[in-house]
Amino acid sequence: MTLKSLSENDKPIGVIGAGNFGSVIANLLARQRNVLLYARNETVVENILSKRENRGYKMHERITPTNNLSAIAEQCDIIFPIVPSAHFRSMMKELSPYLHPYHLLIHGTKGFDLMLPDGQTIDTMAKLNRSMVKTMSEVIAEESVVARVGCLAGPNLARELAEGHPAATVIASHFNEVINVGKRLLRNDHFQVYGNNDLVGVELAGVLKNVIAIAAGALSGMGYGENAKGLLISRGMVEMVYLGRALGGNTKAFLGIAGIGDLATTCNSSLSRNFNVGFRLAQGETLENILASTDEIAEGINTVQIAKKCADYYKVRAPITSTLYHVLFEEMTVKRAIEHLMRYPLNVDIDFLAE
Amino acid sequence: MEVVEKKNKNKQYKPILDGIPDWPVYQLSKNRKEFIEEVAQKTFAHIKKNRPSPKQIIDEIQATVYREQQRMKRNRWRVDPADEPKFWSTIKNEVVALSTKSPEESEAKADEILYRIVFRYANEIAGNFKATSYRLTREIIKFWFARLLNGARVKKFGAFFRNRYSLRDKIHIVGKVGQLRKLAKEGTIVMVPTHFSNLDSILIGWIIHSLGLPAFIYGAGLNLFNIKIFAYFMNSLGAYKVDRRKKNAPYLETLKFYSMLAVQKGAHSIFFPGGTRSRSGRLEKQLKLGLLSSTIEAQRNLYMETPVGEPVRKIFIVPVTLNYHFVLEAPDLIDDYLSSKGQDRYLPEQDKYGSWQLLQFLFKFFTKGSNISVSIGPGLDIIGNHVNDAGNSLDAHGRIIDTRDYFISNGTVTADKQREDEYTRMLSQKIVSEYHRINRVFASHLVAFVAFELWQKKHPNLDLFGLLRLPEEDQEIKYEEFRAACKRVRKEIYRLKAENKIYHATHLKGKIDLVIRHGLDNVGIFHLKRPLLIDKDGNIITKDFSTLYYYHNRLVGYDLEKFV
Repeated sequence: MTLKSLSENDKPIGVIGAGNFGSVIANLLARQRNVLLYARNETVVENILSKRENRGYKMHERITPTNNLSAIAEQCDIIFPIVPSAHFRSMMKELSPYLHPYHLLIHGTKGFDLMLPDGQTIDTMAKLNRSMVKTMSEVIAEESVVARVGCLAGPNLARELAEGHPAATVIASHFNEVINVGKRLLRNDHFQVYGNNDLVGVELAGVLKNVIAIAAGALSGMGYGENAKGLLISRGMVEMVYLGRALGGNTKAFLGIAGIGDLATTCNSSLSRNFNVGFRLAQGETLENILASTDEIAEGINTVQIAKKCADYYKVRAPITSTLYHVLFEEMTVKRAIEHLMRYPLNVDIDFLAE
Repeated sequence: MEVVEKKNKNKQYKPILDGIPDWPVYQLSKNRKEFIEEVAQKTFAHIKKNRPSPKQIIDEIQATVYREQQRMKRNRWRVDPADEPKFWSTIKNEVVALSTKSPEESEAKADEILYRIVFRYANEIAGNFKATSYRLTREIIKFWFARLLNGARVKKFGAFFRNRYSLRDKIHIVGKVGQLRKLAKEGTIVMVPTHFSNLDSILIGWIIHSLGLPAFIYGAGLNLFNIKIFAYFMNSLGAYKVDRRKKNAPYLETLKFYSMLAVQKGAHSIFFPGGTRSRSGRLEKQLKLGLLSSTIEAQRNLYMETPVGEPVRKIFIVPVTLNYHFVLEAPDLIDDYLSSKGQDRYLPEQDKYGSWQLLQFLFKFFTKGSNISVSIGPGLDIIGNHVNDAGNSLDAHGRIIDTRDYFISNGTVTADKQREDEYTRMLSQKIVSEYHRINRVFASHLVAFVAFELWQKKHPNLDLFGLLRLPEEDQEIKYEEFRAACKRVRKEIYRLKAENKIYHATHLKGKIDLVIRHGLDNVGIFHLKRPLLIDKDGNIITKDFSTLYYYHNRLVGYDLEKFV
């Protein structure tokens, strides 16, 4: 056993993506193991090397930054890809030639991948189905030979994790082995790690909650109080369940850390990027304006667009998502949107659980 | 008008191994005794591992004795050995006597009893391959098939003893034959065919021989061994016995270890992963995972037991689809299916076969133009990756990968049951999608599919069972309408083929009227009531709706419905 754990400690853990969340996860992992952190940008690598700092976080001394992607695959057996969904597939294509079936990948990206027929863009497609919309674990499976895939989801606001506030995450995978590895590597006195076998369900929960987070920001920006938020969270939850089921997840995942846990957190936090987008919209800023002033991608905007078009394809009732779509892309004001939603004829409280 | 049948281009294949003594199955039977002992020991160890306390072992033995005695009371067969009742009553007495012994004594004795049971089962299951009777059987089958075929085809005196036609002209083998032959030399083949008819295992046996491959082993129902002549053939072809009456844990474990260790020792095997014949006529969607998972386990054992650096014998999964115009049992199978689906809404009509019908069928099969085609799929590794001719696993981009890596954790090969369950699921999905890809569409499938869908479309408010009870005057389709729909569906099949999602027989090409004619002439050709006919006004009618449904189902799962 000692021999085995020795050999396990030899190899560093890989993290791909030095954004907010990537940096924090790298720091968490570095408490137990050496970490190789990939950053696309060379100045980020230099900054970490010279100042031990990135995006305002102090970087652990056991973290070695690199901008050589193949080095990650060659030196690490366990890799955490945490890059925005828009770049995820191209990153996987680049990484894939160096990956082997012995690699374990646990991603931390809460967004959808979009593969459209030639010549089409998301704006030209009226509806989207599941063959065009993929979760990150599906992208990994399509682009590489790695079978043992997992995802990291839950209420993990990077700033709070960095400060060591108590928090929890869920690792979802079809493989118990992956869940156990994730637990072993991430767990500490402030950080609890749960397991779930419904990989796609957990991924969907993490992705879809971003839609509701924008809506929560909008409510807050309008100056509305806690009643409104309670209403939004509970109805938002129902909407997530319906959409999630249409896209291949089970109800259960939405009731866990990655669903209700993450939803309650993001809807209450001004630290969340998605929340901020909604807040500023309600204050009267335009989407272009907001996008121009932030350097990190709010996954939720893209997700609203995709989720709305999927709901249309699968004929799922998703009033919050589609109203938000009108706000973001069709110049409906937040005020009108809320009026519209409040008049929406919904009558049953909970109808997604079997009696 | 008859569609001219082309003389088959299939060539004769040379055997890949010269003498029978080189065959893995022969090696296995030569060391039969040692092999059975190994099976018994490994099974015993496995059962012990899962039942750590002596109490659990004794419970298991008692349950087994009880079930065996019930079976002997209710359902004894001719093949059952004569000493059976004595064996089980002795065991029963010994188990009773255990309670008087000290715990240590009783534990040792219980283990000994369990081993004896497992050893007996291993002996029962074991096949008995004999080179001499294999050769004899092969010659007999070849001789009589050739006689029948030539007698029927060549209209000349003495034709009976001519050799102008052989079975090769009836049965087309297409697909990755060359690769299969190469892989059989590189590693161990596990062939996984679709299962539609009882003829399948005979057919597969003939194909394996005609491709020049050494005999494969497969599990045959013990009921078949009741008939002496069958038992002789089965034994000589390398079959091992599966007794479906025995559902007790020690028996099932022994069976699993038998097939797994045989594969591990390099015996090429056949598994029908659908478990049973397809009742609905659809391509299998749900596979039995047990046999697939023991294949994966066998491969992992090979990786674990072979020292690093030495070559490891790889196991290759080869999906195969059998394509018929006609399935003898179709009316019975679909009745089974409909009664289980429809409960009381469906009352099957009786229509059984005797041996006379079987003979008639065989005669018709050889005299009329009902061809069978067999599609050999590409070789897969035990995860479902395609392999090249040298047996190397390839990723989606054609890069060579090491299958061993799938079992590695922290740098070493490990056994992880849950992980392998997941791999089994992946493999099963891959096999199902290969079935759909290598499926070969016949004209008869096309016409059955189109006709049934047209009827369905005309009565959108009826469910399947309502449709099956449609009055006769509504069961007519205008030829022009039918023709146009066939054309549209065929076009879509062409498109799918271009995308490599399905195959079709060459006879599907050409003038659509001829293709329809060919289809109508062949669909369910020997059934007493034909599923599809053309009436005197030239319109399409059916005499047996449920059988039509059966043949229609062959093309379900390709989203062709919207083109009808």
